[in-house]
Parts: sequence; C-alpha cells; structure tokens
Amino acid sequence: MTRTNQELLAKFNMDEIMNCMHCGFCLPACPTYRETGLESQSPRGRIALMKGVANSQLTVDAEFEKNMYACLGCRACETACPAGVPYGSLVETAREVVEDHKKSETKPPFLRQLVFDRVFPYPERMKTLGTVLWATQSAGLQTLANKTGLINILPREMAEMQQAVDKIASPKERKKREPVMKADGETALRIGMFTGCIMDMMFFETNQATAQLLTKAGCDVVFVENQVCCGALHAHAGEKNGAVELAKRNIEAFERAGVDFVVNNAGGCGAALKEYHHWFHGDPEWQERAMAFVAKVRDANELLAELPPLTFTKPLEVRVTYQDSCHLAHGQGVRNQPRQLLKSIPGLELVEMSGADNCCGSAGIYNITNFDMSMQILDGKMEHVKKTKAHLIVTSNPGCLLQMKKGIIRAGLEGQMEAVHIMDLLARAL
Amino acid sequence: MLEKAIREELRAIVGEKYFLDTPNELYAYSYDATPIFQAMPDAVVIPGTVEEVSAVLKLANTHGIPIVPRGSGTNLAGGTIPVEGGIVLNMTRFNQIYEIDKQNLTATLGPGVVTADLHQAVEAEGLFYPPDPGSMRISTVGGNMAQCAGGMRGLKYGVTKDYILGLEYVLPSGEVLRCGGKNMKDVAGYDMTRLMVGSEGTLGVITEITVKLLPLPESKRTLVAYYTNLVDAAKTVETVIASKIIPATIEFLDQSTMKVVDDFAKLGLPLEMKSMLLIEQDGPEELVVRDIEKIAEIARQQGAAEVQLAKTPEEGAKLLAARRSALAALSRLRPTTILEDATVPRSRLADMVAEVERVAEKYQLQICTFGHAGDGNLHPTCMTDERDKEEIHRVEQAFEEIFHAAIRMGGTITGEHGVGMAKMNYLDLKVGEGGIQLMKRIKAAFDPNNIMNPGKMFANSGRRRVVVKR
Repeated sequence: MTRTNQELLAKFNMDEIMNCMHCGFCLPACPTYRETGLESQSPRGRIALMKGVANSQLTVDAEFEKNMYACLGCRACETACPAGVPYGSLVETAREVVEDHKKSETKPPFLRQLVFDRVFPYPERMKTLGTVLWATQSAGLQTLANKTGLINILPREMAEMQQAVDKIASPKERKKREPVMKADGETALRIGMFTGCIMDMMFFETNQATAQLLTKAGCDVVFVENQVCCGALHAHAGEKNGAVELAKRNIEAFERAGVDFVVNNAGGCGAALKEYHHWFHGDPEWQERAMAFVAKVRDANELLAELPPLTFTKPLEVRVTYQDSCHLAHGQGVRNQPRQLLKSIPGLELVEMSGADNCCGSAGIYNITNFDMSMQILDGKMEHVKKTKAHLIVTSNPGCLLQMKKGIIRAGLEGQMEAVHIMDLLARAL
Repeated sequence: MLEKAIREELRAIVGEKYFLDTPNELYAYSYDATPIFQAMPDAVVIPGTVEEVSAVLKLANTHGIPIVPRGSGTNLAGGTIPVEGGIVLNMTRFNQIYEIDKQNLTATLGPGVVTADLHQAVEAEGLFYPPDPGSMRISTVGGNMAQCAGGMRGLKYGVTKDYILGLEYVLPSGEVLRCGGKNMKDVAGYDMTRLMVGSEGTLGVITEITVKLLPLPESKRTLVAYYTNLVDAAKTVETVIASKIIPATIEFLDQSTMKVVDDFAKLGLPLEMKSMLLIEQDGPEELVVRDIEKIAEIARQQGAAEVQLAKTPEEGAKLLAARRSALAALSRLRPTTILEDATVPRSRLADMVAEVERVAEKYQLQICTFGHAGDGNLHPTCMTDERDKEEIHRVEQAFEEIFHAAIRMGGTITGEHGVGMAKMNYLDLKVGEGGIQLMKRIKAAFDPNNIMNPGKMFANSGRRRVVVKR
C-alpha cells in the first residue's frame, strides 16, 4: 500500500466499523435495500465494504464510489440499529476517502467544483443564482423552455426536477426583509434565524413565515448577517474541508449576533448544525465553540412546541398527511412536535400514512445524482400518500418539499393535492 | 474464480442483472450475521423461478461448483458463508405469498418471504404463524426453515419444524421434487419434509413452502418477575410447568443483560436484581387472566422480589421488544459479540447459568446470559474483540467447556441456530460418530458431488477457508 493510501484509510474509525455486528436489523429500514434486495445496497453491506477497503481487501475504485453514493443518507438505519453504529458519519467518511482518492489522481469534474467551491460558500453568489432563476421564471422563459424543448439542453435529471420548482420570491421582495423582526408583545427570547442557502433562495416565503410564527410566540427574530450554507451537502458529498470552513463562518456569525437560540426550518440543515462539534475532532478550541453553538440549535418545530401555544384564528378544514424529514426524524429525533403543531390547527385532520418516516428519495441532491432510484422510491411513497386521501402533504425540509411536489406531478394528482412546508401551513392558520 | 464460459451460462440463465461478480458484490456476500467467519464467493446468482434454480444447480453439479443458498443472511452459525467459494444463491426474489388457505389453515409462499411479513399477512386474516425468531423482521421463512429457527414462543407452540407441511425443492441434479402438502396427516414414506427442515442448505434448494397456521389467539398478557438470585427464577419456571400451565413465552435475562437492554430501551428495569423472567400467556381472555394470575402467585411463592403485570398490551409488547433487541444491544459493549445457544432440559436451567458464570470467571471473559427459559434454550453471549487473538482463543475454550457442560446435563450444542461452521466440531458430542456417518450417507444420496453448502455441519468435510481469500 502506498503512503497516501494509508493516510487516506486512516480516516476510517475502525472501532466504529467493528461495532457493526452485521445483525441485519438495518436491512428493512434501508430504502435502497428495499428497492434492490442487494446486500451491497444496505447499511450492513456498505459498512462491510468500508471494512474491506480499510483492511485493503478492496480498493477505492469506481464501484466502491458508486455504492457509497447510492446511499440516500436518510439514516433510518441509525434509528433501527440497536448497536448504535453512527452510520451517517461512516458513510460521509467513506465519501471523503473517495474524494481524496480521486483528487490525488485527477482533477475534480467541472460541475462538482463549480457547485462546491464556487457557489455554495458564497451567499452573494447564491443570491445572484436566485435572481437569475427568478428572472427566468418571470420572463416565462421556463414555460417557453419547456414548450420549445429548450429544456432538453439540461441534463435529464435536472430538467425533470425543475418541473417541481414553484415561482420564487423577487429580488424586490427579498430587499424588503428587515434584519430584525420584533416580537408581538413582550420579548421572551432573541432568536437567530438560520436561513439556509437553498431554503432562502427557493423558499424565501417559508423563512418569512417561520419568522412570523416565532414573533407571534414572543421572539425577536434576527436574520443573522454573514451566515453561510450549513455545509451538509459538502459533508454528504465527502467535501469535509469545505464543510468545516462553512461551519466556522456560521459559528462566528451567530456568536457575534448574541442570540439565545439558532433556529432553522430545514431538517437536513438542522441535523448538520447539531453535529458541528463532530466535525472538529482534534481541534479543541473550535470543538468547544461548536459545542456552545450546537447547544443553541433548534428546529423551528422543536422550539414552537416548547413556547406558549400559538393562537390560530383561521380554521383549516383540510385532510393532511405528514412526511417526516429523515434528518429531522432519524437525525434529530424530532417526530412528535410537528404532528402536535399540526393537530393544534383547528379543523385540520391529520392522517398518518404507512412508512411516514421512510425516505421520499430526495436526500439532498440525490434526486439529481441518482435520479432513477430516487423516482422509484418516490413512486412507492406516493402509493402510501394516495391511500390517506389527504389534500395536503406536509413536510419539514426543502428537499422533501420539492420531491413531494414532483411526486404529485408523477402520480397525476395535480389539482387534487398540494405539498406544503409545515411553517407555511401554520402561518396560513394564524 | 469461475471460468468465463460458466459465467456466461449463468448470465444466460438468470439474466445480466441477476448475476453479480464484481469485487464489491462478492465481498458483500462474504459474511452473514456470524462474527469472525468470512470467505469470498466466486459469483452471486439471484434466480427468479424454480426453472432457473434447477438450471443453475445442474450446471454447478456438472462442474463441481459449490452452491450456498441464502436468504437475508441473519444466521449465527456461519451457515451462509461461502467457505469453499462457488456460487451464493440469493433467494430473496422468491418473496411472494401465493395463497392463504382459510379452509385448510395453510399458507403457501416463496422461501424469500420475510417472516414478519408472513405474520402480518396471516394475522390480517385472523390467523397465526407462531415461529418468531429474534431476527423475524429481517430473516426469511426459507432461512428459518433451513436452520430450523426457534424463537420466544417455542415453549407452547414449538419451532419452525412444527409448522412446515410441504415443500418444493430442487436437487443438485436439477430435479424438482415435492414432499408433504396441505394434509395434516401424511405418512406416505419417509418424512422428507422433516429431513429438509434444518438441513442447512446441504441437501437441496427450497423453492416453495407450505406452512401450517393456527387461529390467532384472542388475547395475551405479559408479566415480569425480578429475582435476587438465579435459583428462584429457575424454580419458578419448573413450578409453573409442573402446575400444568404452559405459557406461550418464558424468557430469562441475567443481570448484565438487563443492564444493557435497559440502557438501550430505557425501560427503567430494577438493575440491582440478579435476573428477570418475562412471561407471556395467550389464548381466550378468561383463561389468560386465570393463568397469568396463577403464574404471578407461583413467582411470588418461589421468591420473586417483585412481580409486575403489564397493564396494557402496548406495555407488554414493549417489554418483549426489549428482549428481542438483547443481542444487538449487547453488541454496544465491545466490538465483537459471539452468541451461542447451548440448551439443557428445563430442570437444569439454574445449573447451566451457574456453569456459564463459572466458565466466564475461569477464562476472564464477559459473558451475559439470556434466553428462552421455558425451553431450556440459553444464549450465553460473549462480548469480545476479534482483533485480540489471545482473547478469542480463550473465548473458544470457554464455549467448548459450555458445550460439554450442556451435553453432560443431557442438553444439546444448539437449540435453534443450527450447526453450520460455528458448531461442526462439536456435532459428534451430540449425535455420536455413528450419527455423523449416517448423516453423511444421507447427504451423499441427495448430493453425491458435495456441491450443496460444502464445509458446513460436518468437520473436515472440505478444506477450511475461514479468512478471506480469493
């Protein structure tokens, strides 16, 4: 084995890999195993493959890469695992090993570099991207592109997924946002809003709705300056260094803002924010700062459930089913709070679908990178949705929301059913 | 490595998608749930029909290629490790329930059906398939059958072999045979069905199973009893049965297991206790209430420090779920968890638990014991680290002593996991040299070229390949 190889493999925590006793409890929880029936597409299988690589019985090659990236990262296996194996961080390490290995051999592909090094780390660039998207939509270019087939110049996966994108907020609307929204009545808490990069670009109004709900619950809401992308997508894609840099900038930004809580409304971002301290192993100073930051992070559902109950004045006579965000349910253990909040809306009927906490197939950018598997999982999910005869599918994460919108189109349920973020629905009833 | 021509033929039989031989795929089938054992297959084949199984077997038989049939790979005896290479025959595509026959109280299904899915399907019809191995949410009925899996309801309802009525199976020659069927009485010739159950994939490949069903019990009640010593728990088990009550379940957990399970399931168990029994009775409501109250009384008389009746079915289900997770929860303690299933007659339960404690002390090992007290089936479980060769050697010595002790007490080396690779060196202790020779002659009648799961059940039946080699 070469020296680089050894350095690369040293990243694996062998104790954690060895703790997987291959009992198989994870198999029925894993969406990709359920779809394929293949051991290599299960958490037990992937951990075995990591062990194979760590023991030099397997090599870091294209097949290993494909298997590591075929995982949705939904972490339902962690909920199922009685041995407490931290699968999510294991698979991230495996991807890091893959990426490091590739970097040592070749230059990263253009698109990957563009996304991870040139766009996500820069809020201004995210904003520009948002403006471009808004302009495209406003000019009817999207429709035109769809109709004329111009859309076909996009890769099939992206072309398919953009169908589900709603009209985003205009730059003018964005500019109107005040840096601080004052509490209704007495101020109980000062909240730092973690806006999220994609969330703020594509679901600006959901962020506004969340802030509004928090002010109703007695909080001053601060849109903290200089915050950046949470780094989850980087971490999931094996770009550990990029993720750590973003984490540092966020920690600094929120330290300066002096807030009681850091609140977000995206399950995926929230799970990453709550795990920042794990990203700083071997860096005591930053680990300590990260721990202080993590202690303040709350999902909006979590915090609203703890604050005095909201007063809803507009009953919603609607039948609703709730799709758990994997990173909220399996990653953060927040399952009851959103359901309780929904039930507190007068008139609303909550119908549980079977397998509500099974991944919908969105999984960050998985629905672009592994489009076919993602759609297979989504179609299975929609069968369960249909059985509930719900009018609304409620989610707690932007990726899931987009995916469910796509699912409604695929199932031919447009006009009969709508997908909505829980914060938007709660705000509708205020 | 298989010759190119053979790989091409296998591809032609099952289709490109269902023939796997890339390094990752082979590696993913080099293990099952058994610790330490691992070996690489040469190919993984996933057939979809009995014709495909037959064609694969015929080809393998002609060329002397080992065949290892496999379901979800949850067994704990190394039964699905391809120790001599060859083809892993993954049967998970046979996952359909073909019929639930409400008149004859049978179900007919593919061997790849997950056991819990069968439970769910028949229970929706008010029927009951009692075998419930700890792995039932993952394991397949075919795998349960091959290893003759047991479970927590063995005391009252028996184990897998008591519910298999009929089979379709394929011999290495490719011949497709049927035995048994839907008849409750059937004595036409040797009982091939019973022979196939527990044959651990060494005789042929099962392609269809007909199981016996019972009416679903109307109600069930759960009771927990805690003890400050082991003997009182064992005496409770004996006295309950002597008073002619057969509960559905009597589970035993020792103190160290209680601690770990509690840590995992957060049940608030009284951790100062030395042991606990978990007892469940099912049946008509009146009878269940009468039995469970009588059992509570017996437990108190026999010295239980505390007896609790689960107030709701949910509370009872939660306790049983915790027991189901015992094995995996124990694995939180150390990297490698070796679980055995020494079994003794019920009356020797306390002796056996004491013996396990003595052996653990002697070899300086951490061994937790839990299991199916009602049928004398104990799971002494050793928490260790496979990277520590010296410690693993002591583990082997300790278990050898435990198996000898079980035999001495009139027990057996395995109650429900099967022999596989893990216990082949001890099979003669139980069946004798004559028994082994007869079993080998039976195997030769089915499988003259020894392609079916070679290297299992009988020691020295082939070259050993415990570590991964290609």
